[in-house]
Amino acid sequence: MNLGPHSGFIIAAYAMAAVTIAALVAWVWLDYRTQKRTLAEFEARGVMRRSERANPNSP
Amino acid sequence: MTALAALLLRDIRLAVRVGGGAWMGVLFFLIVVTLVPFAVGPELSLLRRIGPAILWLGALLASLLTLDRLFAADQEDGSFDLILMGRSPLELVIVTKALAHWLTNGLPLVVAAPVFGIFFNLDSIAMAAVAVTLLAGTPALTFLGLIGAALAVTLRRGGLLVPVLILPLTIPVLIFGVSASQAAMTGPVPFGTPFTVLCALSLASLVIGPVAAAAAFRHAE
Amino acid sequence: MTEGSGLPHAMPATKKPPMALSQLANPSRFLDVAEPVLPWLAGATVLALALGLNQAFAAPDDYQQGATVKIMFLHVPAAWLALFCWAVMSMAALGTLVWRHPLADVAGKTAAPIGAAFTFICLVTGALWGRPMWGAYWVWDARLTSVLILFLMYLGVIALWRAVEDPSRAARAAAILTLVGAINLPIIKFSVDWWNTLHQPASVFRIGGPAIHSSILTPLIVMAIAFALLFITLHLAAMRNEILRRRIRTLRLMQAETAAES
Repeated sequence: MNLGPHSGFIIAAYAMAAVTIAALVAWVWLDYRTQKRTLAEFEARGVMRRSERANPNSP
Repeated sequence: MTALAALLLRDIRLAVRVGGGAWMGVLFFLIVVTLVPFAVGPELSLLRRIGPAILWLGALLASLLTLDRLFAADQEDGSFDLILMGRSPLELVIVTKALAHWLTNGLPLVVAAPVFGIFFNLDSIAMAAVAVTLLAGTPALTFLGLIGAALAVTLRRGGLLVPVLILPLTIPVLIFGVSASQAAMTGPVPFGTPFTVLCALSLASLVIGPVAAAAAFRHAE
Repeated sequence: MTEGSGLPHAMPATKKPPMALSQLANPSRFLDVAEPVLPWLAGATVLALALGLNQAFAAPDDYQQGATVKIMFLHVPAAWLALFCWAVMSMAALGTLVWRHPLADVAGKTAAPIGAAFTFICLVTGALWGRPMWGAYWVWDARLTSVLILFLMYLGVIALWRAVEDPSRAARAAAILTLVGAINLPIIKFSVDWWNTLHQPASVFRIGGPAIHSSILTPLIVMAIAFALLFITLHLAAMRNEILRRRIRTLRLMQAETAAES
C-alpha cells in the first residue's frame, strides 16, 4: 500500500496511538490483577467486610 | 545496603509516586510553557527566538517548586530528626537527598524540555542545546536550592521564602545556560565558552550547597 | 460513608437519581452487572477496531491531503472521545455533588486517565498531521491551544485525586474542578468558529450536515464507534478495579482498628 511521501508521519501516528492504547489496557489489566491478588491475601487470612460476614454468598 | 543508599532509594520512591514531585515538576513546566504564548502572542518567529530562554525559566521555576519540601516534609513527620541522629555525616545526608531530588526532579525536566521545544517551533539543534545545557545546569539549581530549603526548615517559614532566597543565587546559572543555548543556535560565541562556565558553576555548587545547608542546620540548634 | 458495605446509604433530602442508576448505586450490584458484560464489550471493541482500521487503510487518498488523511481517522475520533470523556466526568461530578450517588466519584476518578490518553493521542496525531500539511508540528491557534488546556486540566484532576488521601474529600474537590473545567468544552467546540484559526472548521457536526464524502466519513464514524466502545470497556473495567481498591482500603482500616483495640 502506497502511503505517499509522508508515510513516516502516518506510520508514526498509528504507532503512537497503538502504544498509548496498549499502555491504557495494560494499566487496567495489571491493576485488576494486583487488586485481586491483595483481596485473595486478605481472604486467606480470614479478614472479611461486614457485609460478607452477614451474607457469605455475596461477591 | 548502606544507610545513604537506603535514604536515596526512599526519596526516589516518594517522588516518583503519581502526584509526587517528579510529575508535578514536569506538569508545572508544561503549564508555564503554555502560559507564555498567551502573554507574548502566538507569533512563531518570536517564540522561536525566546524559546530556549522560556524553557530555561520554566525549568528553573519547576525545580524550585519542589525544593522547599525537600527537608520540610521530613521534618513534619519527624523522620528528619531520626536521620540526623544516624551515624552518617550531615553533609553526606544532604548530598544524598539533593541527588534524589535532581534524579527525580531535574532529570525529567531535562527530558521534557526538548519535547516542549516543539511548542516553540525550535529546530533540533536548539532542542539539543537546551537539553544539554539543562543537564549541566539543573544540578546547580538543586544544590544551590539546598541552602534555601535548609533555611526554610530552620526558620520554619514556607511559601515563597525559598524562591526569594534562591533565585538571586541561580541567576548566573540562568545566564550561562541561556547564553550557551543561544550560542549553539546562532553563534558567534562558540558553545564551549559559556558551557564550560556552566559546568564549573554546577561543580562548585556541589560543594557549596551541602556545606552551607549543613551549617544552617547546625546553627539552628 | 460505609464503602462497599452492601447497604444503601440513607440519603438526606437531596434529589433522587433515575431508578436504574439508583439500583446500580450498590457497588456489589454494579460488579454483578459489569463483570459479565466486560468480555463482550472487549470483544465488540476489538471487532469495531478491526473493521475501522480495515476501512481506514482501504480509504481513498484525499485530493488535497493525499494519504495523510488517514491520520484523521485517529485524530478526529480521539478528539471527540476527549471531549466526551470530560462530559462524562461532568455528569459524574453532578452525581457526586447533587445526588450523592456512591459510584459517581468512582466514575469520575477512573475516567480521567482514559480521557487524558485520548487527548494525548489527539494532540500528537494532530502534530504529526500538521508537520507535512502546515509545515509546523504546533501552532498556537485557538483550537489547538484549548485542547492543550483540556489536557492540562485532565492532568490536574488526576494530580488532585492523588494528592488527597480520603476518597470522599478528594471526590468533592475533583467534582468541583471538573465542573469548572467543563466551560472549556464549548470553547473547544466553537473555537474554530469564534476565532480566525488555522485549524479546519467544523466539517461533521454542523448545521447542514457533514461536509465530507462518505468514503472518508464512513471509516471516521466506524473508528469513532470503536473508540467509544474502547472507552466504555476501559472505563467499566477501571471502575471495577477502583471498587476493589476501596474494599482493600476498608479491610486495611478494619485491620488497623482491631489491632489498635487489642
